[in-house]
Amino acid sequence: MTPHRRRRRALPGLPLALSITATGALLFIIVPLATILVTAARLSRGRFAAVALNARALAAYRLSLVTALSATALAAPLGLLLAWVITRYRFPGRRLVDALIDLPVALPTAVLGLALGAAYTTTGWLGAPLANLGLHVAFTPFGITLALTALGLPLVVRALTPILTTRPFDTEEASAVLGATRWQTFTRVTLPTITPALLTGAALTFARGIGEYGSVVFIAGNMPFRTEVAPLLIMTRIEEFDDGAATAIATTLLAVSLALLFVIARLERHAAVRAGLRPRTTQ
Amino acid sequence: MMSTTRTTARRRPTDDAPVIRAALIALAIATFALLIAAPAAIVLVGAFRLGIAHFAHAIADPSALAAARLTLVVLAYAIPVNVVFGIGAAWSIARFDFPGRPALLAALDLPLAVSPVISGLVFVLLFGARAPLGAWLIAHHTPIVFATPGIVLATVFVTFPFVARELIPAFASLEISVDEAALVSGATGWQLLIRVTLPSVRAALISGVALATARAAGEFGAVAIVSGNIAGRTNTLPLHIASLYNAGDTTGAFAVASLLVAVALITLAIPTRWASDR
Repeated sequence: MTPHRRRRRALPGLPLALSITATGALLFIIVPLATILVTAARLSRGRFAAVALNARALAAYRLSLVTALSATALAAPLGLLLAWVITRYRFPGRRLVDALIDLPVALPTAVLGLALGAAYTTTGWLGAPLANLGLHVAFTPFGITLALTALGLPLVVRALTPILTTRPFDTEEASAVLGATRWQTFTRVTLPTITPALLTGAALTFARGIGEYGSVVFIAGNMPFRTEVAPLLIMTRIEEFDDGAATAIATTLLAVSLALLFVIARLERHAAVRAGLRPRTTQ
Repeated sequence: MMSTTRTTARRRPTDDAPVIRAALIALAIATFALLIAAPAAIVLVGAFRLGIAHFAHAIADPSALAAARLTLVVLAYAIPVNVVFGIGAAWSIARFDFPGRPALLAALDLPLAVSPVISGLVFVLLFGARAPLGAWLIAHHTPIVFATPGIVLATVFVTFPFVARELIPAFASLEISVDEAALVSGATGWQLLIRVTLPSVRAALISGVALATARAAGEFGAVAIVSGNIAGRTNTLPLHIASLYNAGDTTGAFAVASLLVAVALITLAIPTRWASDR
């Protein structure tokens, strides 16, 4: 890093670029989040606990957490599967799959939710056969997980494709030439190399899932204690003009998601060091 | 970019067994069909279920047109803000070392970890009728919440880091010697940016703008909170779709939604076309 530093100073424009960036970050990131924290801090401890830690709120956090984690657990292997097939194989339709993989993220969340809701109700294309098997998707936590998995898939695929197309090829060849089976090569050589990228995709999926509203409300059923996610409860409190309760719930949800994202970031760094992608010394 | 190395008939040691290969492809296509292609197909089929006249009626409805106009207004503000900030962030973060750089980089990821509903709540807390600043603004006839400015602000917050996140790695991968050559030949900083740097990161810029556009046009949770759902005035397209659906007009909702599906398909087509030209 250091030898480059002096050369980089020759570039002009740092003061202007930095003031744009810092002003933007201050106005649109720091001030909004500080507003939440300041408003929450003004609530008395008793009131905070009464509105943010009551049984209905706890049920909502649990549902958001469980569905976001399940969706992450589903989207990570399925995303790896899609990324693997797109980057490593040639088959008819590959270009179409590759081009449309971002569709769930490009679609408005409400449209995604409406479409999945329509497809998976007990009278829908996919819901009717599943209902005959006794599996109800729409208006259950399973439906929420389904919507969040669809949203997470492109995030995992996008995180993985760069490293799958470049990095492990030569080491995979070496491993195969040295007599490892295909499965040994995958678990001992490929997987450790792509684990950091996989964790990045998982973290994005989780972060998106735990706060998701638009795609969830049209498939969830929104019953308090059963299918009411935390963002929906925040929305309900705002509509009741109870800004204090909304802020308390929002703060708790933020704390939970940031704590889990921090853990994932640590895992990611650990995996990157183990795979030799990052030096041990940084931080 | 075309890989012609795999045309040899013999299996290489790093190739998967044909059975595994076929199974993985089948599983991947099933996943793609059920979770990614199905929603868009359902919307497009549902839109025309009651015939083209019903479709045209839902699209040409005055409140649909008003919603489309508001969505365009939101994009007209949100996208330029995103681009200017993204270029500023990439220029400073990718090419300079300065105190607070790691903190700034981390702050850029925060909006992605915040629920859209919380983003909307922020602007109610700052500018709502129950906040001092909001009450003052309403008294002076410039309401923010339940009006266009609130919708724009919430959308800018939600999409804020999109272009920056695409541009930072692209800027970082450029050769500094090219910049230095331009500067030594007498280019100013602006000429360097416009003639050299931006053309070389064209694909990343377009992809960032496409992502930001899709998200800004489709944002629902944050906008639902600050909009107040006044039909014909503060409904964006996604809000209009939701109110049609909630009123029982599923076909109308899918008709208007099909417009946004079309926009999504176009935004996905543009960056890949552009990037593959290189």
